[in-house]
Amino acid sequence: MKPAPFDYVQVTSVAEALDALAADPDQSKLLAGGQSLVPMMNFRLARPAVLIDINRADELNGVARDGGRLRIGATTRHLQLQNLGGDDALSSLLRRAAVHIGHLPIRTVGTFGGSLAHCDAASEWCLVARLLDAEISTASRERGVRTIAAENFFQSLFTTAMLPDEMLTAVALPLLDDQHHAGFVEFARRAGDFAIVSAAVLVRTVDGVIRTARVCLGGVSSVPFRSSAAEAVLLGQPWSEDGCAARVSAAAADAAATEVAPTGDMHGSEDFRRDLVRALVPRALAQAADSTRNRMRSR
Amino acid sequence: MACAQTTPTVESTKSQASQAWVGRTIPRVEDPPLLCGQGTFVADIAAGDNCLYAAFIRSSVASGRLVSVTAPPGVHLVVAADLTAKPIRPLLLRPEYVPIDMPILADEVVRFVGEPVAAVFGRTQAEAEDAAEQVQVEIDRLPAVVSVADALADGAPLVHPVHFPTDPNVAIDARRETDGFHAAMKAADRRISIQVSCGRQSAMPMEARASHVSIDRSTGRITLTTTAQMPHVIRTGLCDSLGIPEDQLRVVVPDVGGAFGAKQPLAREDVVLIHVARQLGRSVAWIETREENFLAAWHSREQVYQLTGGFSTDGTLLCLQSEITSDVGAYSCYPVTFGVEALMAMNELPGPYACPEYSGHSRAILTNKCPVAPYRGVARPVLTMAMERLMEVAAAELGLGRVEIRLKNVVKEYPHRQATGFVIDPSSHVEALEQAVAATDFDAHARRKEEAAKHGRLLGIGMSVFSESSGFGTSAFAERKMAITPGYEKVQMSFDPSGNVVLRIGASPHGQGLRTTLSQIVADELGVDPSRVRVIHSDTDATPYGWGTFASRSLVIAGGASKLAGAKLREQIKAIAASMLECDARDIRLRDGNAEVTGTSVRVSIDEIARLAHHNSQLLPEGLDVGLDATATYDPKGTFSNSVHVAEVEVDPATGQTTILRYLVIEDAGVMVNPQIVEGQIRGGVAQGIGNALYEELLYDERGVLTTTSLLDFLPPTMAEVPTIEIQHLETISDFTVTGAKGVGEGGTMGAPAAILNAINDALASTGGAVTHVPATPQRVREAIRQAQRGKEESA
Amino acid sequence: MTENRTRTVRLQVNGERHEVNLEPRKSLADALREDCGLTGTHLGCEHGVCGTCTVLVDGKPVRGCLIFAVQAEGRSVRTVEGLTGDNNKLHPVQQAFTEHHGLQCGFCTPGFVVLAASYLEENPRPTEDELREVLSSNLCRCTGYQNILDAVMSAAKVMDGDQATIATPANEPSGTSTTG
Repeated sequence: MKPAPFDYVQVTSVAEALDALAADPDQSKLLAGGQSLVPMMNFRLARPAVLIDINRADELNGVARDGGRLRIGATTRHLQLQNLGGDDALSSLLRRAAVHIGHLPIRTVGTFGGSLAHCDAASEWCLVARLLDAEISTASRERGVRTIAAENFFQSLFTTAMLPDEMLTAVALPLLDDQHHAGFVEFARRAGDFAIVSAAVLVRTVDGVIRTARVCLGGVSSVPFRSSAAEAVLLGQPWSEDGCAARVSAAAADAAATEVAPTGDMHGSEDFRRDLVRALVPRALAQAADSTRNRMRSR
Repeated sequence: MACAQTTPTVESTKSQASQAWVGRTIPRVEDPPLLCGQGTFVADIAAGDNCLYAAFIRSSVASGRLVSVTAPPGVHLVVAADLTAKPIRPLLLRPEYVPIDMPILADEVVRFVGEPVAAVFGRTQAEAEDAAEQVQVEIDRLPAVVSVADALADGAPLVHPVHFPTDPNVAIDARRETDGFHAAMKAADRRISIQVSCGRQSAMPMEARASHVSIDRSTGRITLTTTAQMPHVIRTGLCDSLGIPEDQLRVVVPDVGGAFGAKQPLAREDVVLIHVARQLGRSVAWIETREENFLAAWHSREQVYQLTGGFSTDGTLLCLQSEITSDVGAYSCYPVTFGVEALMAMNELPGPYACPEYSGHSRAILTNKCPVAPYRGVARPVLTMAMERLMEVAAAELGLGRVEIRLKNVVKEYPHRQATGFVIDPSSHVEALEQAVAATDFDAHARRKEEAAKHGRLLGIGMSVFSESSGFGTSAFAERKMAITPGYEKVQMSFDPSGNVVLRIGASPHGQGLRTTLSQIVADELGVDPSRVRVIHSDTDATPYGWGTFASRSLVIAGGASKLAGAKLREQIKAIAASMLECDARDIRLRDGNAEVTGTSVRVSIDEIARLAHHNSQLLPEGLDVGLDATATYDPKGTFSNSVHVAEVEVDPATGQTTILRYLVIEDAGVMVNPQIVEGQIRGGVAQGIGNALYEELLYDERGVLTTTSLLDFLPPTMAEVPTIEIQHLETISDFTVTGAKGVGEGGTMGAPAAILNAINDALASTGGAVTHVPATPQRVREAIRQAQRGKEESA
Repeated sequence: MTENRTRTVRLQVNGERHEVNLEPRKSLADALREDCGLTGTHLGCEHGVCGTCTVLVDGKPVRGCLIFAVQAEGRSVRTVEGLTGDNNKLHPVQQAFTEHHGLQCGFCTPGFVVLAASYLEENPRPTEDELREVLSSNLCRCTGYQNILDAVMSAAKVMDGDQATIATPANEPSGTSTTG
């Protein structure tokens, strides 16, 4: 369980990283947290010839408000997001998603950008990015800077819209005002396991009525799945301090469970994944309401 | 062997009651180095040695003809043809047992995914793996037998080209029946049947297997340092295979990172290492990867039980019929063979229940999967689950309470001879049940359950009752008809001239704290502090021949032998003291490191006596040998500890997830030498039982490829899944063991799947669903609920 | 095949400098074991799940099998060997593990004590639920975890007590010093 040999390049800036990457894009891999890449290397399922360590490129780390957005640097650790301050819906959503990622030592090292670039079907951050229409910034020496919408970024399992010479530099998420209510829940067999199915919801309400609704599901397709059927059920429905009516969230869950077309594997059959969608969508909606209530109360 | 069983006098036990170490929780002598990173595991020895590392190339197909194995020049490749060692042939002396050879490396045929076909070597593990990548293996795929159904199908491929007396691929076909069984079943008021099954398990010790072989330059002697549970026995197996006398091989077992049965069998890989180390004259190591450990380091417990109980209307179990199949994989393990699960399953039913008539049929079925070996509890977690499911279903059908039916049927008079011949020694089945009832408060649970149901939440409670066979000696193993019959333990005990005790044992502890507990037993016998007792084990050069550590035997048997040796030494010390103090030896007692004249302050220190025995032997009383040493053997018939487990669970009907809300163990382990260690064994066992019940399962795909080869797929419980485990003790003193101690190494694992499965089914009762396979995963629970819903819809 | 791939790496481990020559592909755990002679850090799965290889890098717990030794250059590494005091006094977590029988075979133990020690240093008054969450990071196959949890809870009290003692000067009026 030792990796194949590789050359190691340590960089301290994005520019250096891009130079290194440009030298041999197909055979090189960027090393951020490495919490997914290194296990694959240990199994020799991944065998880059060159590993470009971007952990000391400080400009890639950190979270900052930038106009109406939150900009998250690529090497921002999961733990930094778990410990994020702020009593707005976005900060609380990020904290709730972060706690599900692996365990403390994994969250200490693993990165937000690495998670998106890895594009695992069970990834919490991919789901959040899709839920919030994240804008993902990439850079390369040839292509310069690109901004890719989450919708287009996640293409299939372990495959993103990034080209081999590109690196993910930062992700912009919209700030969420008090009209927004967000929830994130997932089902895993044990603490810290990859989710079998996860559900993230975001609703915007005006005068107690849902005006926009987002329902995104993980574990039911190779990339985060947006359930327009569930969203259609929610639109126009009343929203109180307790969220939407049980009947409505059950209908949304049913719509989502009918819409998804999961593939069964040893972690969960097709039927079981549908069951989980049905179970989790109402819980995500309930959490969205809960989370808002708690926020308001703490103010 | 009875010669050694001179029971220590009551006088001595009582006279030392003031300083009794037995029964006390003292810190383990094993702990400080392990806590400070100063333990010595096999990989640590390799890390400090300039040795070669081996990497094994393993079959990627379940069944096939090995066409070729090639490597480019420069790669040191070892294949079957390079070896002269004989295959490993574990034996049972039973008429239906047909011996099956396990080659050291697959030769011509591969029989499971993970079977070693070749080995390569490198200066580091990484380089060995680099070399392994360059090896080309060509295998012609053959149809594989992946399940019991495959194995028994008409025209099934043969896992081994061997003619079995009954059916193809049926390696063990065993039956036993009491004379009155059929009449009893016919006469029974109610015949109630159940089926339960268990998915494949991995013992999954935190340390995978590892071995290091070195050659003594001057003598050519081989030292194998390895992760083993039976160092003396695997030496025999290795030497038989290699064709060398046993004095040429020393087997040393350093610290071992857990074993649970999976390190009991001889590892075929070790033969290759020894071959190469001898050939090159340099040391060679193999550090098994976690993936290899899942693929090839023995599986267990893939069993199906069908039981039919014949009951009277009042719930008395009159007779029991069992039909058991065990999927045992592709080979037999040395020395206990692939009969271990199948035969235990048949013979230890009906567990703790008195049942005069019994008919059992048990088969071990060969498949193209990893061979099975003992894993903590062996068959008993599943047979307990089967019996306890039967009790639960029978109670429901007969309109009895779950406690009522068990109280009616548990053994109450001791010793009790079961229909299968096992003798249950004094135990406390009724008291344990009563204590469980008192500690549980079933009424409060019922109220919680009702309240929860109003909110759509499902609570359930389940129990299991069982006896844990432990400390089996030669006579018990002889009944299994193993060619190699384990049982006894022999110890050598001596004082050094400074008055420290050295105890050499044949048992081979690896986490059980046996050095601590034996020192407590010896301390009481000799009136010394336990810190003065050093226990030497797990080195064939330094210990008497013995059977190692497995089957909850070491404390009972090695502990019994230590007590007996201590009693002998005590008499020697008293004789010397009497001569020094000019009194009668009967007036001497040993206490606090001294031999003193009872009722006086006249004393001499044991240190002085030890020095005299070595350095002034002219002063020894006539008839005493020089020095201070004694040997004792203990070979008990076996003893049963007994337990009741109670689990309270919540099942989430929407996700199928089970959460354990409360877990209670009532345990009767007889005399507890060190209560904290006893409780550690119970809790650790329950945690593994929880894994078996809810999380852990090895899965093969339809082509016989293991899909659970990492810890992302095989899920042992973490601290977040294992609840607080409450333990209450009973203490029945059985005269079946000299220390009064009973084995408790496996009970936790045995009781948990049954209690949890019963609790889940209790929770599911309102849905109409039931789960009969462990692990009872969320998906299986959901399937059970969905199936019940469909049934309701169809009937509506 | 692998010549010329080695490089010199300076590691600071338990306060001592180690200059080691190794391939970039060597994990920090392997470097500690093979090049620094610190075999207290064990490897249980080498894919980041079991936590046996947990060590501290700049005070934070990481999986030693998922970080390369070259990445630790210039960082401060702490292992189980570095927990024990100069006078061979057990760290409160180690002491609590033996008192509460938090170990049996001892193979996973270094990972647990390192993780627990680092967590308690940052969170002196954890709740049981917090500890269950944090310690669920590591697998143990012997103990059933309860004694580990009890040990860490108990060590927390000891460590917190120690810190409270240090943080409270003798002449300070009572009631003004708070550590939580």
